[in-house]
Amino acid sequence: MTKQPIVLVVEDEPKIRHFVKLSLESEGCQVFEAETIKRASIEAGTRKPDMVVLDLGLPDGDGVDFIRDLRTWSDIPVLVLSARTAEQDKVAALDAGADDYLVKPFGTDELLARVRAQLRRRSRLSGSVATAFEFGDLHVDLARRIVERSGEAVHLTPIEYRILAYLISNANSVLTHRQLLKNIWGPSHAEDSHYVRVYMTHLRKKIEADPSRPKHILTESGVGYRFVM
Amino acid sequence: MSDGRPDPDQLLSRIQEEEARAARGKLKIFFGASAGVGKTYAMLSAARQAIEAGKDVVVGIVETHGRKETEALVAGLEVLPRKDVAYRDKVLTEFDIDGALARKPELILIDELAHSNVQGSRHPKRWQDVEELLSSGIDVYSTMNVQHLETLNDVVGGITGIRVWETVPDHVFDAADEVVLVDLPPDELLQRLKEGKVYLPHQAERAIQNFFRKGNLIALRELSLRRTADRVDSQMLEYRRNKLVSPVWQTRESLLACIGPGEGSERIIRSAARIAAKLDVPWHVIYVETAELRHLSGAQRQRILKSLKLAQDTGAETASLSGSEAVQTVIDYARDHNLSKIVVGRDHGRSWRLFYRSFADRIGKAAPDLDVIQVARKEGAGDRQRDEPTDESLFDQLKATWQSFAMSALLCVVATLIAMPLHTVFDLANIAMLFLLAVVLAAVRYGLGPAVAAAFLNVAAFDFFFVPPRFSFAVSDVQYLLTFIVMLVVGLTTAKLTAGLKFQARVASRREQRVRALYEMSRDLSGALLPEQIAEISQRFAATGFEARAAIVLADDNDRLHEAIAVPGGVPAIDIGICQWAFDHNAEAGCGTDTLAGSSLLYLPLKAPMRSRGVLVLEPRHPRRLLAPEQRRLLDTFARLIAISLERVHYVNVAQSTTVQMESERLRNSLLSAISHDLRTPLTALVGLADSMFLTQPRPTQQQAAIADSIREEVLRMSAQVNNLLDMARLQAGAVKLNRQWQPLEEVVGSALKGMESVLASHRVIVKLPEDLPLLEFDAVLMERVLANLVDNAVKYTPPDSSIEISAMPTDQYIEISVEDNGPGLPPGREEAIFNKFERGQKESITPGVGLGLAICRAIIEAHGGMIRAENRSEGGARFVFTLPQGNPPVVDANDEDPMAEEARP
Repeated sequence: MTKQPIVLVVEDEPKIRHFVKLSLESEGCQVFEAETIKRASIEAGTRKPDMVVLDLGLPDGDGVDFIRDLRTWSDIPVLVLSARTAEQDKVAALDAGADDYLVKPFGTDELLARVRAQLRRRSRLSGSVATAFEFGDLHVDLARRIVERSGEAVHLTPIEYRILAYLISNANSVLTHRQLLKNIWGPSHAEDSHYVRVYMTHLRKKIEADPSRPKHILTESGVGYRFVM
Repeated sequence: MSDGRPDPDQLLSRIQEEEARAARGKLKIFFGASAGVGKTYAMLSAARQAIEAGKDVVVGIVETHGRKETEALVAGLEVLPRKDVAYRDKVLTEFDIDGALARKPELILIDELAHSNVQGSRHPKRWQDVEELLSSGIDVYSTMNVQHLETLNDVVGGITGIRVWETVPDHVFDAADEVVLVDLPPDELLQRLKEGKVYLPHQAERAIQNFFRKGNLIALRELSLRRTADRVDSQMLEYRRNKLVSPVWQTRESLLACIGPGEGSERIIRSAARIAAKLDVPWHVIYVETAELRHLSGAQRQRILKSLKLAQDTGAETASLSGSEAVQTVIDYARDHNLSKIVVGRDHGRSWRLFYRSFADRIGKAAPDLDVIQVARKEGAGDRQRDEPTDESLFDQLKATWQSFAMSALLCVVATLIAMPLHTVFDLANIAMLFLLAVVLAAVRYGLGPAVAAAFLNVAAFDFFFVPPRFSFAVSDVQYLLTFIVMLVVGLTTAKLTAGLKFQARVASRREQRVRALYEMSRDLSGALLPEQIAEISQRFAATGFEARAAIVLADDNDRLHEAIAVPGGVPAIDIGICQWAFDHNAEAGCGTDTLAGSSLLYLPLKAPMRSRGVLVLEPRHPRRLLAPEQRRLLDTFARLIAISLERVHYVNVAQSTTVQMESERLRNSLLSAISHDLRTPLTALVGLADSMFLTQPRPTQQQAAIADSIREEVLRMSAQVNNLLDMARLQAGAVKLNRQWQPLEEVVGSALKGMESVLASHRVIVKLPEDLPLLEFDAVLMERVLANLVDNAVKYTPPDSSIEISAMPTDQYIEISVEDNGPGLPPGREEAIFNKFERGQKESITPGVGLGLAICRAIIEAHGGMIRAENRSEGGARFVFTLPQGNPPVVDANDEDPMAEEARP
């Protein structure tokens, strides 16, 4: 990474903004701050950030609206900070286009880990496209459509394969049930979330060592799934 | 219908019939030709068999008439005590229906179905008691004779010359589940009679001479056999319809019977009932009030009402219509209701009239496509009812109109006085016109009778005073006779026409009045916001529309009625017991009905679309007036309007309280999330700032780093407590809405364990979930919280390196999930108490926490319809078990099992 990544932090609470800025700068990021949606829109337009860290409850509106606006012209990663426990808010933010979320209170380690993962994904997307992945004892080659576990071929059904491919290409991001349904089954199935859950269970049995304590396909309760390599 | 497919309406009504019958008790009637054939004996024998078959049988009422064989059979059966009813100065015993309902046997014996109850009983007739027993699910055995059947009553009366007044409507007999014909040849019956087995000897002799003549007995036997055969026949038809043996589908033609004020209406109704029953069609009975019929005596009116009531009781739809032309009104009604057969009484005694055509002929002419059935009007010889108007009613009529007659006579005098000076100037023909004018005036002003009188008087006056030779009734020129005749005919015709028009106008204005009153009431009701207002409006309308005092008794949420809504005009003295009965049975009670007809009040259930709202109580000044069909219809509309308004008011209240509830819920939620935000923001800042200590330059010393770490630890712990408190507050406030979705349990176990990785580092976790565990419907976030709390608990109260096992097992309707450990276990005797709020296993222990975790678990599990409990394992350690209902998981058709090589999209 030759260029210093630019991160926009949108948060109305000065103390939180302050320590987020501190930790990001320690990571070598250039940080710009905004405390309102209005300000954030201007900053996002002028600073060309590589990533946005966004608090959902802002004084002049809902952070979800900001994500929706942002997504009309940019696909930079958005990490949502949510003080609310209500899962609907997280789901709304993710459905609007956010990539990940962090529930308050959170430590700097967690924050930095999430930011790093998103920035890495962004640089990978912009760079050459990798098609082969290794994680755990699995080898997946999307170009050749091969899934192997400890050298042996794993038989996936078409839908399971599609889910796995979609998860891998969105690794480290949280995918809601709705997003998965729309991308794998098509828009007409957007409400049948138990389909996703049943297929995830099947997929876990095939690729996880212990399906009840998964290492790669993680459940975000009430929200969706996160795939980690 | 011609394609042989069952008519859906018919199927539906059959299903409904069967359902209604399933809940009802079964009625078995022991049917005989006459007294003494052994019906009661047969019934008791059948009851004994039922007892042997293990049924709970009670004798409701059985008359043994001193017969020894019968008494022997009753002996040993449980007999319900009779009720004493005071009637005049005597005390009579009667069947105790409340006792029977309270005793609620499986089967009850009720002798003599046709019996009339003593005045003051709940129902006037015993068969109505039986109906109530049946509808409350009790089977009934009963007995009756052929002469007690309503429609055969007059036939039997004609044969035997003895008319009985206790009858049972045919529909009761036809609706019986079983009819057992108890038959005995006449000779044997006579033999039994002679032997004194039927009546005591001194009665027997008289009975043989009167009723039990052999000829009578043969005829009665034939009647009863035939009636039973008819029933079997219709059962066969019914069976065929049920089993769809053949595609015979009757078109549902219906029957219309017309009755008039003349004698024989009841006979027409009985005939129509028999025809309708044979054809198995619904039937209507109507009475048309025309101009000619308006001067009926009170007794005649009463008889019409009585006839209509009889028709209603026998199962007909009834209506009283008004129109200028009876024939056209009848035809219109028939067409409106799709009735293809019209039953009319045969006209008689009018054939001398030259151009007279009978009613039947006129219907036939006006509507050639309708069948007209003429039936005899004359009653059987034995019991002709005399129906001459009573003196009283004649007097009434005279009193009402003598002034009118006087006035029309005065008109005649005036016409004569005016004509006197004019007759020298004008032609005689014009003088006649003047008299004609007087007749028309009399008709317009005073109606038909005075007009007719005026016509005759005027012709006489014209003749006497003006036609030469004057001042004599003699007529010199014959042509004047024609003048008289024309004058008389013109006078009579105009009189009749104007009188008819007047009647029409009066009827129309009365109808308009009623409609306006209803309209005004519904307008007033639509503005009413409180039940009290509705009660007051009803009171007002009842006073003007029915000359009655009204009160409304509302049912509470448990369908109990307490007292009438107070209105300014005061309410009648209401019997709440009757109200409750009318409400429970959804049937009217009180005067003019079948139930407690002796009461002076009328109780109408207020049936609204969703449910009955209460009872409308009316205290009419003239109870008889309410019997007229159009009055009843008006009353029904009245009750219906009130019921709908009450329902509307009820739902307005419901909607209001829902809005209030929603509003307070919203407030509570926003308050909770505001608190949560305000508490969490500083905590977040604290954790973050403690962390940022490590980022400062120069790097913190080891000591400083340790302090920063413990700040961080404590803040996180505090944050967990805040979460617990807020969650508990949410759960308690009912602010938590379950987001239930069908999902595998494994997923939530996985995410709970993932979230606790750091805590679990020192423990071993074993997860044992069956492979084929069905999907469960739960709120994933809350369930994760339950599992996390239970696992966290296990970690807290067990030493390091203990193992924690999570397992699940399906039971009958639930899935049982347990979290167990092999630690020291729970303090004995506190397995239940630990689920209470702020309760901890060990008081003041060093283990952190405020004792909310398990209380939260319990609240969440109970919200899901499950249960949670704690116990000590026999092998040591604690076990927490909670259950979740299995429900009906959705089916996922995992139908994509092709090998992956061929499919997946790019």
